[in-house]
Amino acid sequence: MMLVRLLVLLILLGGGTLGFARAETVTVAAAANIKFAMEDIARNFEQSSGHKLRVSYGSSGNFASQIRHGAPFELFLSADEQYVNRLQDAGVVQNNGVIYAYGRLALVAAKSSPLKLDNEFEGLRQLLKTGELKRFALANPDLAPYGERARALLQQADLWDAIKDKLVLGENVSQAAQFAISGSAQGGIVALSLAVAPQFRTKANYLPIPEDQHQPLAQRMVLMPRASAAANSFYQYLQGDEARKVFADYGFSLPTKAHGAP
Amino acid sequence: MDWQSLWLSGKLALVTVLILLPLCVFAGRALAYHQFRGKSLIEALIMVPLVLPPTVVGYYLLVSFGSESWLGQWLRDSFGIELVFHFSGLVLASILVNIPFALQPIQRAFEAIPVDVRDAAACCGMSKSKILTRIELPMIWPGLVTALVLTFSHVLGEFGVVLMMGGNISGETKTISIAIYDSVQAFDFDAAGIMSLILLLFAISALALTTSLSRRMGGQHERQR
Repeated sequence: MMLVRLLVLLILLGGGTLGFARAETVTVAAAANIKFAMEDIARNFEQSSGHKLRVSYGSSGNFASQIRHGAPFELFLSADEQYVNRLQDAGVVQNNGVIYAYGRLALVAAKSSPLKLDNEFEGLRQLLKTGELKRFALANPDLAPYGERARALLQQADLWDAIKDKLVLGENVSQAAQFAISGSAQGGIVALSLAVAPQFRTKANYLPIPEDQHQPLAQRMVLMPRASAAANSFYQYLQGDEARKVFADYGFSLPTKAHGAP
Repeated sequence: MDWQSLWLSGKLALVTVLILLPLCVFAGRALAYHQFRGKSLIEALIMVPLVLPPTVVGYYLLVSFGSESWLGQWLRDSFGIELVFHFSGLVLASILVNIPFALQPIQRAFEAIPVDVRDAAACCGMSKSKILTRIELPMIWPGLVTALVLTFSHVLGEFGVVLMMGGNISGETKTISIAIYDSVQAFDFDAAGIMSLILLLFAISALALTTSLSRRMGGQHERQR
């Protein structure tokens, strides 16, 4: 432990950027859909800054609710804007934050599933007709932004009424993705950022859904009043080129730099 | 207020009780009357669900009955039984989790029946079934009610298992505890508050009932000595 601290200190001194800043632990709440991207970003940030990150992943709605009740997070990365805006109305965050990425949807199916993936949902229609589609997974549309967009997409394609009774709803988009490729469901619509992850691709096929087919999923992040200097520097880092590149690799579109910054 | 979820939880609790209690009457009777090798091992195994996290039960049900597993495939292809994402899966989970809650009070009640009462009944040439309906069941009913109340309330509160293998389908797997969780996430604290209050009142009355019944059972003990 001592050795690690010494090393970190040496790196910091060597880096010279932060002078004598102490290594701090930053507590972060992040929407489930950015999990895999975030793991890469967190690793890079920890190495370059010497700070430690403690990231919890879950549904944005749940975190927003917990933050309103005083959960000790310093930074909240939501899956959309609505939750951040609500927290701002409640007066428990610093400001209304910034958009850090635009999320995208993907149609996914386990490799063993008979579902054919196409942009017009013809495969889905076919499977509904033959009665082979027993279960289809989404995040809960009433709670999770990704679920809400997926519902809108199915409504546009005139599939909603036919598929409504076949839906299984994940508590967050990550659980929905697990349901979708569990083999117990024939497919699902989840976040592209999860579908492109290596742990996922071994089990399932995916097809990105064109961005112009649904309302953009603007993912906003915001700092709490309790945020430390380290939390602030991570907030800045997330808007920098290194982090943006990782987000792009995981299928996110990016805001123009410093978009929506106060 | 999500009445459908409350009704579903009630239905789940009722079905669980109807399947589990008869089973536990026979199992409890056998365990109370007979001494055999390995009995303590069986009794210990029965207690496992008490200390097992519900998510563990959920995990095992997912991997053993999901469509990926041979068991899940066999059940689906041979009998059309699907458990994951279905009400029947929740019933199975509830039964497994509640075995100790149902069996314990019933077994204790059987153990409290004095041996001479059983002997007298057998001497009079009463059939086994008659002994059960005329003598044993009337004597163990406080234990039965305790088992019923404990199991029922425990099913109402089940969360981890349901969250893991239910899939949150309204009217099929969206139970009252999931509905409360969803309401909180949707910032709907009024709905969550009402539903929680209903469960709280139910839990308090259930506890009051079982306490008074166990006192009765204790009283029986005293008189028999």
